[in-house]
Parts: sequence; C-alpha cells; structure tokens
Amino acid sequence: MVIDALLLQLGYNATLVAVGAMLLGVAAGMTGSFLYLRKRALVSDAISHATLPGVGLAFIVMVALGADGRNLPGLLLGSALSAWAGLLCLGWLVRRTRLAEDAAIGAVLSVFFGFGIVLLTVIQTMSSGRQAGLENFLLGSTAGMLRMDALVIAGGGALILLAIFILRRPMLEVAFDPEYAAARGLNVDRVDLAMMGLVMAVTVVGLKIVGLILIVALLIIPSVAARFWTDRADHVVLIGGILGGLAGYTGAAISAAVPNVPTGPIIVLIAFGLFALSLLFAPGRGVMAALVRHLRFQHRVHLRQGLLALAQAQQIYEPRTLRLLRRAGLARPDGVATEAGRARAARALRDEKRWEIVRTDPAHEAAAAFYDGLTDIDAVLTRDQIAEIDRRIGSPQGVSA
Amino acid sequence: MGAEFVPLSLPPILIGTFAAIACALPGNFLLLRRQALIGDAISHVVLPGIVAAFLVTGTISTGPMLIGAMVAAVLTVILIELVRRLGNIEPGAAMGVVFTAMFAGGVLLLELSDTSSVHLDVQHALYGNLESLIWLDATGWGSLLDAQALRYLPVELPRIAITLVAVALFMAVLWRPLKISTFDEGFARTLGLPTGLIGLSLVTVAALAAVAAFDAVGSIIVIAMFICPPAAARMMTNRLERQVAWSVLFATLSAVLGYVLAGYGPLWLGGQDAVSAAGMIATVSGVILGIAALYGPCRSRTGAPEGA
Repeated sequence: MVIDALLLQLGYNATLVAVGAMLLGVAAGMTGSFLYLRKRALVSDAISHATLPGVGLAFIVMVALGADGRNLPGLLLGSALSAWAGLLCLGWLVRRTRLAEDAAIGAVLSVFFGFGIVLLTVIQTMSSGRQAGLENFLLGSTAGMLRMDALVIAGGGALILLAIFILRRPMLEVAFDPEYAAARGLNVDRVDLAMMGLVMAVTVVGLKIVGLILIVALLIIPSVAARFWTDRADHVVLIGGILGGLAGYTGAAISAAVPNVPTGPIIVLIAFGLFALSLLFAPGRGVMAALVRHLRFQHRVHLRQGLLALAQAQQIYEPRTLRLLRRAGLARPDGVATEAGRARAARALRDEKRWEIVRTDPAHEAAAAFYDGLTDIDAVLTRDQIAEIDRRIGSPQGVSA
Repeated sequence: MGAEFVPLSLPPILIGTFAAIACALPGNFLLLRRQALIGDAISHVVLPGIVAAFLVTGTISTGPMLIGAMVAAVLTVILIELVRRLGNIEPGAAMGVVFTAMFAGGVLLLELSDTSSVHLDVQHALYGNLESLIWLDATGWGSLLDAQALRYLPVELPRIAITLVAVALFMAVLWRPLKISTFDEGFARTLGLPTGLIGLSLVTVAALAAVAAFDAVGSIIVIAMFICPPAAARMMTNRLERQVAWSVLFATLSAVLGYVLAGYGPLWLGGQDAVSAAGMIATVSGVILGIAALYGPCRSRTGAPEGA
C-alpha cells in the first residue's frame, strides 16, 4: 500500500494531495530557510496561530451572507487577514514597547489563538451553517478533501514557489547580512515584509493539510536540517526546499495508504527524521563528523608527542600513545623505537627545533602564528627559509663524552 | 448573586485564577531571561507526555499522567539544550524543532492507539474544560463550611492550589538568587551561585505549573498566562517586586473577567450558550497587555539603546 501510494497509484485525489503536499513542503522549506537564516524562525509560530480567528470570522461572515461557510478560498482569505493583523501586532509590540521579540511572539500567539477558540465555540452554537470541519484546521486533515480544495492547495504552493523565485536575490541578501544589504540600497524592512508575506502564504495554504499548530514545524525543521549540509546561504534554501518536499510527499503518501495516520503529524515526524539524520551524519557540521575530527586530532597529538618522547629517549607511560605508535610500526610493545620510528622521531625533533627558532624570531611572526604543535614546518615555510633556519641550528654534532 | 454561583461558577473561577497565578509567577522570570517561549514549548509537549503515560499504564488516572507530562516537559528542555549544543543551532530554532516534533508524535500516538473508551483528545488538551469543573454538592455559600460537601470539591481545585503554594514557596525561598542570576548572571557566578542549577530549577517549576494548570484548564491558558500578565506588568514598573505583584493582579483579573465574560457575555448579547472560558481568559489577558502597552508608564525602552 505504502509503495503504491509513493508511486501515485492510489487514484487521482490521493495523487493530487501528495503533489500538493510536496509543493507545500518545498515552499515551506525554502521560505523557512530564509526565515532561519534571518534568525527569526519562531515568528512563524505567531503567524500560524494568528490564523485561527480569521478562519472563525470568515466562517461567520460567510454564513451571515448566506453562503456556504466551508468555502475554502474564503476561509483562507480570512486566515490570511488575521495572520496579517497578528504580524502587525507583533511588529508594533517589538518596536513600540520594551518587550523582546520572543515575549511578543508568545503574547500574539496565545491571545490570537485563544480568541480563535472563543470564535470556534461561538460557531459550534450557531444553528445555521455546517460547522463540522473547522477543528480540522488545527491539525490538518486530508480525509474527505474536495478536489477543488486540493487544486487550491497545489496551485497556492506553485504560486508561492514562483514568488520565492522572483524574490530570491533580495531575500537572500537580507537573510545573509542585513547591514550589508541595507548599505547596498535594499529596503530591508520591505524585504522582511515580503518574507513574512511568504510565511503567511505558506501557513494559509498549509492549514488544510498540516494544520496551524504544526505548519510551523514544516517551516523550521527542514531549514535547520539543511543548514547542516552546507555553509552557503543559497544552498541552504535549495536543500531546505528538497527536504521539505520530501517530507510533504512521503507523509501525504503514507497517510493516504495507512488508515488512521493523520497527515500533518506524519509529515512533521518525517521532517524530524530527516533532521535527526542530518544532525548525526552530515559531513562537516554533523555530530559524527565532529566526533571523527576529534578522534583524528587526538591521534595526531598522541603520535607527535610519542615521537618527541622517543627522540628524547623518554619513557612513554600513556598506553594509548604506545598503542598508536606500535600500530604505525614506529615502536615495539616495550616502548623501544623501531628503525622507522627512530627516523620519524628524529625528524619530529628537528621540526620542533625549527619551530622554536621560528617562534623566537620576530621576522617569522606571521609563520609562527600557525604553530599548534602538530603542523609540519614545511607546510608553512619555503625550502629556502627552512635551509636558513637549519644553518642557524647547525649541523648534527657528535656528543662529547 | 444567585444560589447557583457557588456550585457552578466559584470552583472554575478559583481554579482558573490559581492556574493563572501559578503560571504568571515563574513567567516573570522567564520573560526577563528571554525564555518566554519555554512556556510555549512545555505546553505543547504535555500532550505527548500524557498520551505516553496512558499507553504505559493503560488507565486515565491522574497521577501517572501528571508524571508523564512532567517527564515530557523536562525531557524537552534537555532535548532543546542538546540539539542547540550538538548542532550549534540558535535557541529559537532548536526549540521549534523539538517541541513541534514531540507534539506531532503525541498526536500520532493518540490517533493510532485506541483511546475511544477514555476522554482524551487533542481539543480537550488544547482548551481544557474549565466549565465542567463544577461542585454539585454545594447548595450555597453555606456549603463552604460543610465538611460533607467539601469532600466533593472538584479534585482539580486542591491540586492547583497546592501547586500554586509550591510555586510561590519556590519563588520566595529562591528570590534573591533568582533575581541576581536573572539580572546579572556574571555577578551571580562570582558570588558562587550555581546559575545553571537555578536556571534549570526555574524551568522545572515552570513545567510543574504548566502541567498542573494544563490538567485543569488546557494549554491555551498556560501559554497566555506565562507571557501576557508578566509582559503587561513589565510596562507598569521598573522594579521586580512590583512587577510580580502587578502580574498577579493581571492574572487574577484575566481569569475572573475572562470566565465571567465567557459565561455571561453571550447572554448579555442575546445569545444562548457560553463560549470557551479558556479562550476568553487568554483574550482578556491580551486586551490587558494591549492597554498596558498603550498607556503603561514604563512601556518604552527608556535608557536602553534602541533594539537592545
């Protein structure tokens, strides 16, 4: 079943939903990346919770006008308007009062959501209008989704992607370095506003599939995961989009194939799985890579110190050093250097002596900055410079008895 | 005031008020420490904690569920810190990753497991059921002195009262260390105060308040009460002691006014049924914050550089 769903074999509607979820995931992953790079990831939490009163109000207004209260475009329009109002409140609180941004986010989020809940209970008591289904906006639901709804979602996702494509350069510049962008003449406030507009669009489009509580996960998790794989801002956006799309598509497919699996949570959990994989296994910034780097570093320190000890005929007490030397064929188990070990040790000692000269000579100040006890000196100085230092050290001399 | 006030309205109002104050007290410090959203994270992960406790014990008794929620809350704080350090991620994003994923896990567990026989659903977790906490054995104000009737008070009332006392005690005992380490962590460390431990215990107490309040009133109130009353109080004064006092006042005001508006407001407007009390309490707290932000004497960042 799951395989069928992944290969889009579950009928037209399920396919449409899967494609819609994928477009939404890509849009959310990319938008979220801009937001994350701008260090404002949790603003999306406020925006998404602020959509709820709009949904309720739109329903009430549509019923009052005699229309079907469940008309999706109408509900989405209402949610967009109230999200915008939430955003204005947030900006006002941060600019005009002493509240920090996180407190303002929490205030807007809880108050708008609470007011939305009040409206939902009002709707529940209304005799007119079929209220069933508004709760689904909390956690999302694709069961019983109308074809029209699916088309709205897929179309919305595609539109957001188009907007991202058009706005990518200014948003990237602002996200990467707002001061520099401002110095280049970009209107940072307006670009920020556009970014928030995109976040709002993603939230509104995602309401039906993922729900307003979890859409923030789709905005944050893929972008944070993407950051592990690259140090380039534009690549973060691309990878964020790919991870988000992957999560959206697989999640929607699984939810279509397995009964009782709600769409929103499974999409979020798949995104979190991708994040966990990135955290552990990404090259460079991942935990495993850091661990390997650390072990290699330890290895080098132990070898170097062991060789210096051999060269000066000191006893080696550290078992790990001894083991590493033995495995490299540089020492015997009892700690006595082999032929190769003696050669390497002599070279290490000579290197150390050369470094000593370099570090005491102000003329070599720049090179001395590279000294860390591990770097070979010929990685830093030219052959001529080394020869000059060697002249100062003098040639090997016999030791007088 | 009618005779039905004591059985029907007094317990919910008291529970709401106690819950609001229990959350607002630690909220003051969380706000000043720029950890305001910890409350948001904790209240999201209470759900997975409760579901997990239900799956482990198989019953819906309160003890295991509170423990489950508490464990989930503390686990979240640890996980956020772990993700932040391991991944070198900014705190806000780390928080966003952890609590949303745990909430999603909770919802999924809930949907996949058979909980149809017990009262456990997402809506209930979100906005609680303050209105249903009634005291049927009371007949009037006299019942407050009637030991027989007092035995049948809603269990949530003594529980949240005990929590409130515990939270207040914690604040009173650790007042000076908390204050010093909140305003000047470096100075606190030179005094030899264990700042890390103080921070962790503050978050744990916040989790305790959140879990107990959640049990009675749902997570909406929890988030709102962690942030709105302290934030409004912050606009009123520059002194911590007065800020805490203001926040208690605002929390009480939100709870009482919110409950009354939710219960009687629709009737005044000609409606039939009450609206969600939890939602209304959060709304009222937002209105209070709005008024404080417009007119509070200390609302702007005087003395501090712009953007600080």
